[in-house]
Amino acid sequence: MNKVPSGLKYSKTHEWVEAQGDGTVRVGISDHAQELLGDMVFVELPEVGSKVSAGEECAVVESVKAASDVYSPVSGEVVAVNESLVDNPEKVNQAPYGDGWLMTVRLTQPDELAALMDADNYSALVEAEAH
Amino acid sequence: MPFIPHTEDELRAMLAVIGVDGVEALFDEIPADLKAGEMAALPAGVGEAALSRLMSVRAQQDSGALCFIGAGAYQHHIPAVVWDIASRGEYYTAYTPYQAEASQGTLQLLYEYQTMIAGLMDMEVANASLYDGASSLAEEVLMAVRANRATKSRRILMPRTVHPNYHKVVDTIVRHQGITVEVRDYQGDSACIEVAEWQDEAGDLAAVVIPFPNFFGALEDVDALVNWAHARRALVIAVVNPLAMSLLKPPGQWGDNGADIVCGEGQPLGIPLSSGGPYFGFMCCRQALVRQMPGRIAGQTVDLEGRTGYTLTLQAREQHIRRSKATSNICTNQGLMVTTATIYMALQGHAGLQSIAAACHANTRALLAQLSAIEGVRAVFTGPYFHEVVICLPVPATEVLAGLAAQGVLGGYDLRSDYPELGNAMLVCATEICSSADLDTYAQALQRVLQAHPALSS
Repeated sequence: MNKVPSGLKYSKTHEWVEAQGDGTVRVGISDHAQELLGDMVFVELPEVGSKVSAGEECAVVESVKAASDVYSPVSGEVVAVNESLVDNPEKVNQAPYGDGWLMTVRLTQPDELAALMDADNYSALVEAEAH
Repeated sequence: MPFIPHTEDELRAMLAVIGVDGVEALFDEIPADLKAGEMAALPAGVGEAALSRLMSVRAQQDSGALCFIGAGAYQHHIPAVVWDIASRGEYYTAYTPYQAEASQGTLQLLYEYQTMIAGLMDMEVANASLYDGASSLAEEVLMAVRANRATKSRRILMPRTVHPNYHKVVDTIVRHQGITVEVRDYQGDSACIEVAEWQDEAGDLAAVVIPFPNFFGALEDVDALVNWAHARRALVIAVVNPLAMSLLKPPGQWGDNGADIVCGEGQPLGIPLSSGGPYFGFMCCRQALVRQMPGRIAGQTVDLEGRTGYTLTLQAREQHIRRSKATSNICTNQGLMVTTATIYMALQGHAGLQSIAAACHANTRALLAQLSAIEGVRAVFTGPYFHEVVICLPVPATEVLAGLAAQGVLGGYDLRSDYPELGNAMLVCATEICSSADLDTYAQALQRVLQAHPALSS
């Protein structure tokens, strides 16, 4: 049973967003996504200072069987990335909502958050995809 | 066709099982107007006996002549044991190594090849080879543009002293990918790049290409060029002759930090000239850049029982996984050529390669001395060189080469079309296979050609 924490927002492409309360959000991939991808071996993160747009690729997660694009759920500027993933990519599998976070983004269009799914809707999406 | 394993009866039985009338019906998805049809322009096939005769005649065309042409492909002695081993069925027809469980021999060989070539270049990692030196350079240009996150530039500096064919191949491959290759000229006397000339270079660069030796056989000032490039945050792409690297400073030791990516033509390592191919391109890089390196990479690991095993690794770079975002569309390597090169390198060892390289250089020096003793013939450049050198003649090189060929001597490579400013110049090379009698033969043949030339015999 995948974990879908209630306080987060989710995108259709299985990324989660956590508001930090200061105009920035933390972004990662969901438990459902990490389980599908398998054991992570490498994470390619964006450069701090680069601009991201909602719906566009911003990172790549590489597992033993595939390399998958991560799509930014929001638009803004990358202010931090999780450098510890360079040496420990497995954190994405072990703690996708915690230590396996990917990046922190300063929002340029906060209204985008409203378009993202809440936990219940995302759970429904995952259910539907299973069939 | 005697080599198809199925009989007519078997074909009919198979078609009956799947419920199809004839083999043609299996291709009915292809629109009729796209089918190739009869191909009437092709001549009728010939049998094995006639074909063997034809190929024998063709093979005789260049045989018997003394070869003093280098220019990117070199005639070296290939010990008999090399192809004796490489011709074994296990090596000769072993197919693709994608199934590790069925390809341990091939994969181990690739791993050993990678280890040897990386060692020769003093670099950290190598791939399992690409098609040839020229396309390897193009791949490295693409790789440098991808990998250089510091400048994010799409500009490359490439000296005019890189092989002209490599320039053309790189242009073909990168021209429509938004990458600009800017060519920089050499200094008149040394045939090399003068770093001081580059002090005014403006703008960011993704990489600088450094040939060593360069197309003229001359030795660029690699330490100065590498340090210049790194100070500008550009990556260094080295294009080298593998045999030369046993004797000269290998790219991993250039400048303060070494070259970043290395490529070159592997033909000198036990591959025959074969009218131009197949050859192979080698590629090495720093560990930090390995995820941007294209091509196959064999890795060493352990199986479930802890036994050493080999497998293709870092495959998420490749197009069967990464598709349009892959480092390259290449999904193969020059397996047989690399097998040959590995056997050759194992046989010669580093010391063996060094003595071959030294013999090549000694013979070229001797050849230059003998030829420049002839009236009207002189070396064009001063400065150090490796196993190739440019000489200038009193009359056009094409005419001299024709006269030499008529006497069984392939004298060199005419430089006029690629470097018209050099006039009657040609590139000559003497490898370890030349005896002093061969050098005498060349000198005497050249003497005769010049004496008989209408422009000179007045």
